[in-house]
Amino acid sequence: MRKVKSVEDLEKWKKDILAKQKQHEMTVSVCGGTGCQAYECQKVKAAFQKGLTQKGLRERVTLKVTGCPGFCEKGPLVTIYPQNVFYQKVKPEDVPEIISETIQNGRKVDHLLFEDPNAHRRITSADQIPFYRSQMRLLLSRNDLIDPTHIEDYVAVGGYQSLAKALFQMKPIEIIEEIKASGLRGRGGAGYPTGKKWEDCKKESGGTKYVICNCDEGDPGAFMDRALMEGNPHSVLEGMLIGACAIGANKGFIYVRHEYPLAHKNAEIAIQQARKAGLLGENILSSGFDFDVEIAKGGGAFVCGESTALIASIEGRVGEPRSKQIRTVKQGLWGKPTNLNNVETWANVPLIIDKGSKWFSSIGTEKSKGTKIFSLVGKVKNTGLVEVPMGITLKKIIFDIGGGQQDGKRIKAVQTGGPSGGCIPASLFDLSVDFDSLSQAGSMMGSGGMIVMDEGTCMVDVAKYFVHFLQEESCGKCLPCREGLKRMGEILDRITEGKGNDEDLSLLEELAEVVADTSLCGLGKTAPNPVLSALRYFRPEFEAHVHEKRCPAGVCTPLIRYSISGTDCTGCGACAKICPTQAIKGEKKQSHLILAEICSKCGSCMDVCKANAVMVQ
Amino acid sequence: MERKTVNVTIDGRSLDVEERSTILLAAREFGMHIPTLCYMDDLSPYGGCRLCIVEISNNGGKPFMDTSCTHEVREGMVIQTKSPRVIRARKMLAELLVASAPNVKMAQDIAARMGLLKVRFPMEDNRCILCGLCIRMCYEQMDGKALGFVGRGMGRKVSMPFEVRPDTCRLCRGCDYVCPGVIVPCQGITEPGELCGRCVRIDEIPTCCSMGTFGCFCEKNPL
Repeated sequence: MRKVKSVEDLEKWKKDILAKQKQHEMTVSVCGGTGCQAYECQKVKAAFQKGLTQKGLRERVTLKVTGCPGFCEKGPLVTIYPQNVFYQKVKPEDVPEIISETIQNGRKVDHLLFEDPNAHRRITSADQIPFYRSQMRLLLSRNDLIDPTHIEDYVAVGGYQSLAKALFQMKPIEIIEEIKASGLRGRGGAGYPTGKKWEDCKKESGGTKYVICNCDEGDPGAFMDRALMEGNPHSVLEGMLIGACAIGANKGFIYVRHEYPLAHKNAEIAIQQARKAGLLGENILSSGFDFDVEIAKGGGAFVCGESTALIASIEGRVGEPRSKQIRTVKQGLWGKPTNLNNVETWANVPLIIDKGSKWFSSIGTEKSKGTKIFSLVGKVKNTGLVEVPMGITLKKIIFDIGGGQQDGKRIKAVQTGGPSGGCIPASLFDLSVDFDSLSQAGSMMGSGGMIVMDEGTCMVDVAKYFVHFLQEESCGKCLPCREGLKRMGEILDRITEGKGNDEDLSLLEELAEVVADTSLCGLGKTAPNPVLSALRYFRPEFEAHVHEKRCPAGVCTPLIRYSISGTDCTGCGACAKICPTQAIKGEKKQSHLILAEICSKCGSCMDVCKANAVMVQ
Repeated sequence: MERKTVNVTIDGRSLDVEERSTILLAAREFGMHIPTLCYMDDLSPYGGCRLCIVEISNNGGKPFMDTSCTHEVREGMVIQTKSPRVIRARKMLAELLVASAPNVKMAQDIAARMGLLKVRFPMEDNRCILCGLCIRMCYEQMDGKALGFVGRGMGRKVSMPFEVRPDTCRLCRGCDYVCPGVIVPCQGITEPGELCGRCVRIDEIPTCCSMGTFGCFCEKNPL
């Protein structure tokens, strides 16, 4: 690897890399994100390697394993450049066909192209697919061009140019002013203005300062930070370098959670390569600015995503929050001024420095600028990572990008912000997605989880799930969070078992409000949100559980009963065969019957029945 | 030397209190009572029990709640220690506390003082209320570093490293001394003329005593 000693060196390096890339006629990008790895993209990559070598195409075609382009639902994803042909659900068996057709003859393999479910036509390039069309991919767009284990790929797309600009053309105070003017707000969830945080940290006297990147993303169903860290770790490093330069810090930490091995690995490789290239370490680009980054690995505690708990964890103490009257920008890591930002916030910084605050602040709403990545999951057709400008409506995300309901059941709510957020009912889907509107609706932006729920989801069950999740993840330091969440869980258990009464509902509400008021840290303060928002918008569902002992969505097992419709049953016997408790009786070709007292309510019979004769009440 | 003071308003009274003092200490200096459980003079404030919660407003800003034992006074702060929101929260905290540890005298006392007559949660029988006083006593005052919290959430408990008494523990019993859980609640006199004395007599090792050394000081300590 070459050592970059000045801005001219960096320019020259970029030119050399681009010249070298031009020698190859084509690039095959295979998504190597965690989602596609689960679909065995490694085998697809191996098949390409083998196929290309066999046909003697290795000289002409580059094979790249890249970060996640977001459309996880349709993985493994393969894109062929420069033709920009987007293949989805590629299996190793399909690879020879792609090589002989697309790479050698320039023809498309139709059955691997994305099919528009409404118009029933095949779409060639990714940007024409409805899932991508309404997105604004500022951060994610480079994911499928970059092999995260090669710093050259990042330099080739203009990487580290913003750093050069920040170091040589701007004073630290100008960098901060630029970030302030851009209106960038913390992407971790709370939405604190990033520029103001930097300014506060810069104002603090004292020699040593730290910057931290928070990659302890723990919300169920959220994977935005993971995709950025896995797919484009250098953009995060560059953001941290610029931030450190502005604040006056010389040491940074990336806190990656234990459950993200690939993010950890790619970040580690990125740091090593940046060090070798002279982009980390002493006297970066001969500017006299020293900065180095170290990775701290979390132990898998959700609460360590809270800034003070995260800092305690890096220091080697138990990951527990402390009172935050004295903020971390004053006294953070080892008592020194510390600036902590989320992965996505850091990744936005090089963009703002490169294109200017005016450009950035032209995107979004009045108080929320730029784009936000959401992980769209749940009962929609297209799940995956979506990057949208702030201010887009929920409807647009769920129906245009997500493709709407999955199977016959109407979408009734979306859960945003993970365990700290709340459920927003379908009646409010015209709501603009920004920090303030979501908080007003009783939910929050959070780090960007978005779980879509349809009529088959019981809101009491969802509230129960989140309360139990947080109960497990509470550190246990403060009484309201430890005991209060446990009691809330008990009450919700009672309600879903059909043992709840009116008093339980009022107690639950009162308890939730007190837990939110009195807890020590953000985890406890926002923990009751799923319950409170469910009570606010879906009270009739709670009341049905309490008064009628009935679960309208047919989810809470103690309250439901499976039965077979005599008119629809064909007597095929599939249900009787699969039933684990032998609760289904009946002669062949005769209507079957479920014995309620033996039935374990597992629902297997409903899944296997082809005649849709199994009903749930 | 002149003391530097800041002006704050506590429950409607304008007071000049020492700079950098916590709200709790400032209130106490003027004889205002704020209930506490995990707070003890000369140990670092912990902010775990949340009973000393008060409503704070900085320079007319939106009032928020925080524990008075950890929150320092600032010029112009308006503090409510007995507002309906505070009382409601404190009552609920006391209810949670006494439901979890009904046989701890301190928990009963607090619940009684809050005027709590009925507990709406199923009762448990925990003896340790996880206030962390023993840990801070051991660490900060006795330099023992023998105790700490292990586990998370509901699995949290006080323990020694690997549940073995380390050499740094000198059996000073500072932990017993500060523990609110080891005070046995009085059950009253059962027969006329009897003095039960359970509160000073040590009959059994409380289950919450992590070392199992409670009360066996005399036998086990060679001195």
